[in-house]
Amino acid sequence: MRPEHLPTFPRSLHPGAWWLWAIGLAAAASRTQNPVPLLMIVAVTGFVVAARRGDAPWARSYVAFLKLSLVVIAMRILFQSLLSTGAQGPTVLFTLPSLPLPEDSGLKLGGVVSLEAVLRAFYEGLQLATILCCFGAANALGSARRLLRSVPSALYEIGVACVIALTFAPQLVGDAARIRAAHRLRGQSGGAGSLKRLAMPVLEGALERSVDLAAAMDARGYGRATDEGRVARRTTAVLVFGGLLGVCVGIYGLLDATASTWLGTPTLLMGLALAAVGLHLGGRRSGRTTYRPDPWALPEWLVAGSGVLAAVAVCVDVALHPASFFLASVTDLPPVPPLATVGILVGLLPAVLAPPLPVAGAPAGAPDAPDRVEVPA
Amino acid sequence: MIELHDVGVTYADAARPVLTGVALTIPEGELALVVGRTGSGKSTLLRTINGLVPHFSGGTLHGRVLVDGRDTRTHRPRDLADIVGYVGQDPLAGFVTDTVEDELAYGMESLGLSTDVMRKRVEETLDLLGLAEVRSRPVVGLSGGQQQRVAIGSVLTTHPRVLVLDEPTSALDPVAAEDVLATLQRLVHDLGLTVVLAEHRLERVVQYADRVVLLPGEGRPVRHGLPGDVLADSPVAPPVVELGRVAGWSPLPLSVRDARRVAGPLRERLAGAPAPERRTTGGRTVASCSGLVVSYGRTPALRGVTTRLSAGEVVALMGRNGAGKSTLLKALVGMKRPTSGRVEVDGLAPAGLRPAELTRHVGMVPQVASDLLYASSVGRECVQADRDARVEPGTTLDLFGRLSPGVTLDHHPRDLSEGQRLTLALSVVLAARPPLLLLDEPTRGLDYAAKHRLVEILRDLAEAGHAVLLATHDVELVAEVADRVLVIADGDLVADGPTAEVVVSSPAFAPQIAKVLAPQQWLTPTEVAVALTSTEQVAP
Repeated sequence: MRPEHLPTFPRSLHPGAWWLWAIGLAAAASRTQNPVPLLMIVAVTGFVVAARRGDAPWARSYVAFLKLSLVVIAMRILFQSLLSTGAQGPTVLFTLPSLPLPEDSGLKLGGVVSLEAVLRAFYEGLQLATILCCFGAANALGSARRLLRSVPSALYEIGVACVIALTFAPQLVGDAARIRAAHRLRGQSGGAGSLKRLAMPVLEGALERSVDLAAAMDARGYGRATDEGRVARRTTAVLVFGGLLGVCVGIYGLLDATASTWLGTPTLLMGLALAAVGLHLGGRRSGRTTYRPDPWALPEWLVAGSGVLAAVAVCVDVALHPASFFLASVTDLPPVPPLATVGILVGLLPAVLAPPLPVAGAPAGAPDAPDRVEVPA
Repeated sequence: MIELHDVGVTYADAARPVLTGVALTIPEGELALVVGRTGSGKSTLLRTINGLVPHFSGGTLHGRVLVDGRDTRTHRPRDLADIVGYVGQDPLAGFVTDTVEDELAYGMESLGLSTDVMRKRVEETLDLLGLAEVRSRPVVGLSGGQQQRVAIGSVLTTHPRVLVLDEPTSALDPVAAEDVLATLQRLVHDLGLTVVLAEHRLERVVQYADRVVLLPGEGRPVRHGLPGDVLADSPVAPPVVELGRVAGWSPLPLSVRDARRVAGPLRERLAGAPAPERRTTGGRTVASCSGLVVSYGRTPALRGVTTRLSAGEVVALMGRNGAGKSTLLKALVGMKRPTSGRVEVDGLAPAGLRPAELTRHVGMVPQVASDLLYASSVGRECVQADRDARVEPGTTLDLFGRLSPGVTLDHHPRDLSEGQRLTLALSVVLAARPPLLLLDEPTRGLDYAAKHRLVEILRDLAEAGHAVLLATHDVELVAEVADRVLVIADGDLVADGPTAEVVVSSPAFAPQIAKVLAPQQWLTPTEVAVALTSTEQVAP
């Protein structure tokens, strides 16, 4: 057995596996507004991130996403209390001074705030917040950049464009801060016109850097091996984009309960097939190779599988007991759906199944630190 | 290896060609140094070698450029990627990926090399350039010297026969520059690579060069030959060559070592000469800091700095990249609030001042001088600066006219030369007449002539009563202009004293003349020339 298959062999897991795991949990969250499974999903992502994140800059993004989710919930509740149309329940919490608005606008400002309305807003906000946490976890565990490295070579150009965009965004922010500081040196404290003065140098700088980067890439052989006929290139493009469009439509059909059945699985499968053919054709012509491609071994299958399993368990449970996922009465204690709970707890396993990250800078030949004892949850 | 046959380059919309009639052959295994003033076409010449000119830049190329037998007319830069490695001016701008290892592999991936070959070459290159410890680190977090070495490594992995570098050391401190140049030297000697590099700071590189290509600019023909021959009457020359000219040595020395070996008699002649007149300072205190601590989060950048700046003195601030030079400037200009300790300019705390008031007390030209500029023409920039500083209309224009005569006012600031842009930024800052003037790395990209002009300007400003503090890596500039030197290391002020005392004993910060004539305290060729004439007058 190759060492990659061992969950104890220290290496960084394929970012694709983390993203599949996170997407699985996010899909599970999208099927319910019951706070019990939602909070469980948040806890699962938090635990796994704590167990398996590295010390790279992006590994801190989970906390940022968590804060963002709290903001989302707070906003949802705030707007519900301020702008709800009519009281939504009998339990009145308090009454805000209300502002009369034209009857036909269908809006009201202030007025009665009921416990039901606030709770429902909280549950809805929690759903979105949970999905955000899933993406935060994916970001923290599998860097989006490394994920782009493993895109199929037919999509290589798009991948490069994304990587460059990811690099440029923080650089633009840095440039803007630097130029603002410089303008302060000219005695300007902001105000009208300062944005225009800021925009020109920032854009000029970005443009110059893009040209430099393009020159560097050209000089290093970018696009050298992909010379082939226009017909072949177009066929690949049509296949790939047609396929991806099919995939999008298919996923929409699957997720939207009101769409007709043929829009779901069949379109998705057809789209996948088209895209696969296109990617294969495109991959064959590209003369590029990949340096140290991330391996996809047993731990990747297990991690991705645990996410998929969580999604499937929740979906099946939703189909069997819809009442415990979309609560009829929000003031009752929410039920604990057993199958979904088990499924979500399976999502916790990557904390153990994913290989630990290698410790950077450990001197070769130093005595090994005692292995950490993994205690299953 | 590289043949240029009667090459000329004219950019689109340009009135005059950048290069004309360049005929040049660079044999395999040579290190060729391209020198010339700003705007003389150095970068253009370098870019013709890998076909970026004209394939990428546009414009018209006359003549033929052959690299290892391949004609750049029919080969695009990407088709030459396996024989020419090109490293641009700003290494950070050329990085495509984000970690060192991926960056080294990028070129090979484009060429479609097999995984085994890539793995082996990356390991070899990491060892060759001493980058093994930082292999998995993000490139943005590396020091300037490491970044430059990664940039060199990233083109070396494709095993090119020719390496082309555009000002590889311009952003580096003296030690990091030595490091990069030693690497290049090793590549030439051990791997037989042909290296072509352009550089303004000749003092750093000329001793490594086998051949110097001089671009005189203004349509005069290109000259090339052995370094000693070309530099004998070149308008750009490192201080050690100027010293050779002053002392009448032949052949001209190119390195400190060469000069030191023939300098015995000169030292004897100078021993009796009067010490050069250096200004002692003691004017009114313009700025002071005491126990100044500035931290970024939990990282202290300055750990208790105490010093003061007086009117009429030029002070140089030196130290490694990241030692805290920029932070001290930022604290003095109020961009960074002290964590503890005190910083005062004109008796006021700069961080508490409103920007409009601040400019009357302290002015700063940032590292990228063009950050200060935003108008679409020089004229409008000056008008805007008058308005910003609330001074008589025409003040800035008047200043700019004095600092940089003969510039057309409808030029866009970006079209000015590096030196003109610096003087424009300087005029904008000086319009408010701040008693304290700060400059952050002012000589980046300046040629010798522009640097001499800057020295004169700073001297005049000091005469007029300004206190000038400049953070710089340029030891020759410091020797020319500074009255006092502050050396900062790891946030501590480790030296503070008159220039001659601080730099002469330091291996990293000593100018070439001081190294040649140590233990005597001479700093510039001009000082030596003055001393020699005075001894001649006395001797007979």
